Amino acid sequence: MPVTLDFEKPIEELEKRISEMESMATNVDLSNEVSALQKKLEELKKDIYGNLTPWQKVQLARHPERPRSLDYIERLCPGFVELHGDRLFGDDHAIVAGMGKLEDREIMIIGQQKGKDTKSHLYRNFGMPNPEGYRKAMRLMNLAAKFKRPILTFLDTPGAYPGIEAEERGQAEAIARNLLVMAQLPVPVVCVIIGEGASGGALGIGVGDRLLMMENTWYSVIAPESCSSILWRSWEHKEKAAAALKLTPEDLLRLKIIDEIVKEPLGGANRDYEAATVFVKEAILRNFSELEDLSSDALINQRIEKYSLMGHWSGGDH
Amino acid sequence: MNWFQRTKESIADGTTKKELPNVWIKCDHCGEILYKKELEKNLNVCLKCSHHFRVNAKTYIQLILDENSFKPVNKDMLSEDPLEFTDTKKYSDRLRTTIEKTGLKDAIQTGLGLIDGRVTALAVMDFGFIGGSMGSVVGEKISRVTDLAIQNRVPLIIVSASGGARMMEGALSLMQLAKTSAKLSIMHREGLPFISVLTDPTTGGVTASFAMLGDINLAEPGALIGFAGPRVIKEATGKDLPPGFQRAEFLVDHGFVDLIVQRSELKKTISRLLSFMEANTNKNLDLSQIRV
Ligand SMILES: [Zn+2]
Repeated sequence: MPVTLDFEKPIEELEKRISEMESMATNVDLSNEVSALQKKLEELKKDIYGNLTPWQKVQLARHPERPRSLDYIERLCPGFVELHGDRLFGDDHAIVAGMGKLEDREIMIIGQQKGKDTKSHLYRNFGMPNPEGYRKAMRLMNLAAKFKRPILTFLDTPGAYPGIEAEERGQAEAIARNLLVMAQLPVPVVCVIIGEGASGGALGIGVGDRLLMMENTWYSVIAPESCSSILWRSWEHKEKAAAALKLTPEDLLRLKIIDEIVKEPLGGANRDYEAATVFVKEAILRNFSELEDLSSDALINQRIEKYSLMGHWSGGDH
Repeated sequence: MNWFQRTKESIADGTTKKELPNVWIKCDHCGEILYKKELEKNLNVCLKCSHHFRVNAKTYIQLILDENSFKPVNKDMLSEDPLEFTDTKKYSDRLRTTIEKTGLKDAIQTGLGLIDGRVTALAVMDFGFIGGSMGSVVGEKISRVTDLAIQNRVPLIIVSASGGARMMEGALSLMQLAKTSAKLSIMHREGLPFISVLTDPTTGGVTASFAMLGDINLAEPGALIGFAGPRVIKEATGKDLPPGFQRAEFLVDHGFVDLIVQRSELKKTISRLLSFMEANTNKNLDLSQIRV
């Protein structure tokens, strides 16, 4: 049974009524009634999914059935070769990385990976990377740079893991180093937020020439619940915090933080993996082809310039 | 003796009301009652246990730079409220009252100055301004002072004191991590020296960007340094934190800080390190000739 979010309940109910009516239709002709309800269903879906609140977007971004990095990777790049380890400490299962062929392009793909059931959630540490995940990503980004291959990253994390060992092994340093290294990568880097983009944990593989965001995702400096607990001193204000943080793709496009919003099938990527892949593939290919003729210096300069312009302030010397 | 009572620390406005309405101060660490004048003369380091009290940016500027050599830049840069952020109060009101209360414009001061005669770019954070949080102004001022270091081929010193990125500017604050690190990548490419000085506390997005990227990372004794806050880690893991966890000494033990420096030795140490790292710098600069 698919998971239904609270605000999706009216849709689920209507769908149920339609299928009940269809099962009765063997005795009586209800086709007019059914098609009327189906029309109503389409309108209801458009109304609900077309007017999602920021908190509802967060819910969809966290949908348990939402496609994960590997779901996109296997559809985009059949024959993907996953590579493991940071050559320093270990292999982090919350970040997957490897070589793939996207149509005729050899690319390096790095993605934060969540699970789908209890076992895989634990194996993937709920998509919360440890330092060795960021260091594996850095190692393989440098490898891509060495062999002049473009890099694609998928962001989907509730945050870098806040653990004792993560601190011992330098979680902050691992993220910081990636920001510095990614700024200087001499190859095109396209980053796509496919689910949750929580703070430095997401940014740690998220510095690139283009940042795309799927329609039902969020990106901010802190998760709404944590923001609520710090600023309102209670977990109760998550909806308000989600709105205040301006974390939706539409907000971030307006704030010039992202470059593009990638469409999803109606109701979210969880409803149709194939359709979601078609949309994301078109956007990735288009952005890579826009970047492929730029020299390494031009790429690096433009990338640094892009980040230099981010922020809002007044005054200053020039 | 209620004047010894420490008022609850507020994360939102970042103020720590430790000061007594008196000439005496109690050391947080050893409990010693210290004469305020003596403590200040000792650079706000406890005379009994060497606990380093938090001090403001102005104090570090005076401590590190040659007398009266500081040339501030972008002094009048101010935060805006691009998200029109409101929690229990409006961010714009919070900014206004913090500016009034602290006399500061934001959580950082930047500029050029001399260290034993050597022109150096300097940025120092103020924890007293919304918890030293990094929003657009902190990111932009660091970015610009790094540009200044690169243009003039001089070293860069950043003294950090911060609870992390500023929530009230959302993803714009997060982007300051990328921006400052990107600028430091140019410093790095150009072979110019960057010394990061981590003071109590340096956590969150500041640690996960420029503060951990020094050619040399220095820390003050006992400074809290980490990515996630201790409370968050405890909640997430359900484990007790080991003694000394996320203190400067812990960071040295785990290989992320080069050296712990007593406040009284800070300038001398920085100056010594800069001599070693001067290869690609311009050593014949006259500070008075530099237009800022
Ligand atoms: Zn003491």
